[in-house]
Amino acid sequence: MPAYRPPRIALSEITPEGCFLSRRAFLATTAGGLLVAGAGARAAQAAALVAPKGKYTVDEDLTPEGDVTGYNNFYEFGTGKADPAANAEAFKTTPWTVKVDGLVAKPREFGLEELLALPLEERVYRMRCVEAWSMVIPWTGFPLAALLDKVEPLGNAKYVSFDTVVRPEEMPGQSGFFQPLPWPYREGLRLDEARHPLTILSVGVYGKTLPNQNGAPIRLVVPWKYGFKGIKSIVRISLTETPPPSTWNLSAPNEYGFYANVNPAVDHPRWSQATENRIGGGGFFGANRRDTLPFNGYADDVAGLYAGMDLKANF
Amino acid sequence: MPALPKRFHSASVWALYGLGLCPALAAFYLGATGRLPGNPVKEFEHLLGIWALRFLIATLAITPIRDIFGINWLRYRRALGLLSFYYVVMHFLAYFLLDQVLNIPAIIADIARRPFITIGMAGLVMLIPLALTSNNWSIRRFGNRWSRLHKLAYVIAAAGALHFAMSVKVVGPEQATYLALVTLLLCWRLARKPYLKRKRQAGARPIRAPETEKAAG
Repeated sequence: MPAYRPPRIALSEITPEGCFLSRRAFLATTAGGLLVAGAGARAAQAAALVAPKGKYTVDEDLTPEGDVTGYNNFYEFGTGKADPAANAEAFKTTPWTVKVDGLVAKPREFGLEELLALPLEERVYRMRCVEAWSMVIPWTGFPLAALLDKVEPLGNAKYVSFDTVVRPEEMPGQSGFFQPLPWPYREGLRLDEARHPLTILSVGVYGKTLPNQNGAPIRLVVPWKYGFKGIKSIVRISLTETPPPSTWNLSAPNEYGFYANVNPAVDHPRWSQATENRIGGGGFFGANRRDTLPFNGYADDVAGLYAGMDLKANF
Repeated sequence: MPALPKRFHSASVWALYGLGLCPALAAFYLGATGRLPGNPVKEFEHLLGIWALRFLIATLAITPIRDIFGINWLRYRRALGLLSFYYVVMHFLAYFLLDQVLNIPAIIADIARRPFITIGMAGLVMLIPLALTSNNWSIRRFGNRWSRLHKLAYVIAAAGALHFAMSVKVVGPEQATYLALVTLLLCWRLARKPYLKRKRQAGARPIRAPETEKAAG
């Protein structure tokens, strides 16, 4: 933990990009204006977002920030690992609202400011990608259950469905001739999984608001499931009675299940899931091939959710 | 097209070997010193595989380039073919040593169970006899059988492009490009004989070249 903590900037205090851009046009006409505008842009990209440490942490080295924010799967910005960081700069995350509806007593839209006012905490989680690589990431966020409580799910609500924003004009992967997936990107959880204390909506990483490539301004983190369940840039959360469709499952049902719990005993059809490559090991020889743990090391917390279930069939 | 003076031919082939190995050397240096971002082993493995495929395609492009444009780069074909072999071997070694870190049971399971790895391994195995016979002695020794054996290069290129396309989560423009190039080259094999025949007839009619040649011979 760094000794110096920059003051926390409320998101409401960050200049909206529209205002910022028009200010920049004005500043650009004045001497030295560009320098000022440049400093403003950096602040808006990654505002400090410091939250107290929660009880969940991992006794492993953190993945360097440059890898966490530079090595991403976010197909809305391209399929290469470096594409999101390269292509997400024009993505506008203010203003932002999340619509919560479906089988709830009080459906409504939440402004991002309201979500940021929920009690935030920092949690260090393992992140295991279905592609057999992994990271250790300090997220800032709040339990999804805290948001669900606000809308009061009805008795027949069994599942929670999530949608990513669709903005072809700002997301190059959503426009043009080649589009890797049907949009919007969708994910889902069982309601008990969604309400589990480990399941969070993250609004920050490494003590700053989420960079666009990591799913700004708000994304799901479910640390015992493969990374693709962690849907990014969420605009809608809906409670349903039947299992919601999920993008990768629709795209290749034999490769990506609805549950997608990290499981070293169930291989992906095209590669083994028994081991994983820890990102950020520094070159070939520092690279860390390590055993993958059942439920990504969170079995004590979550195995009970799946008692009696055949995890090979429900992969 | 100005032809390269003959005295530079041999040097240009050696330069091709040298240049051709540069991507692997540069990537190895960056990876070994921790300067490849993200997942360095995968980056390196992937780079070696892509270059193997590029050299395979370049090898097979020599004949159509000569047929269609009349440019004879036959002297580079052996170097290109051997470079593709070297890259495939390095690609495998990166997987074996750096990625799987000598975990032989895992590798055997991969080869047996994952079709894209099975296909890739088959490509590597087929390349071995071609690499071993890429010398003048073998060409003289095996004659017609040498040409037939080396037609395997088409099967290997197809295996390589398929291996690449099947390895990714979503087939994108990059994989589609390699598949298309290999398909084109395979189609050329089928179209080649009729094309050359027509070209010969068209060229022959006004000057009656074949007859003249025969008469001279």
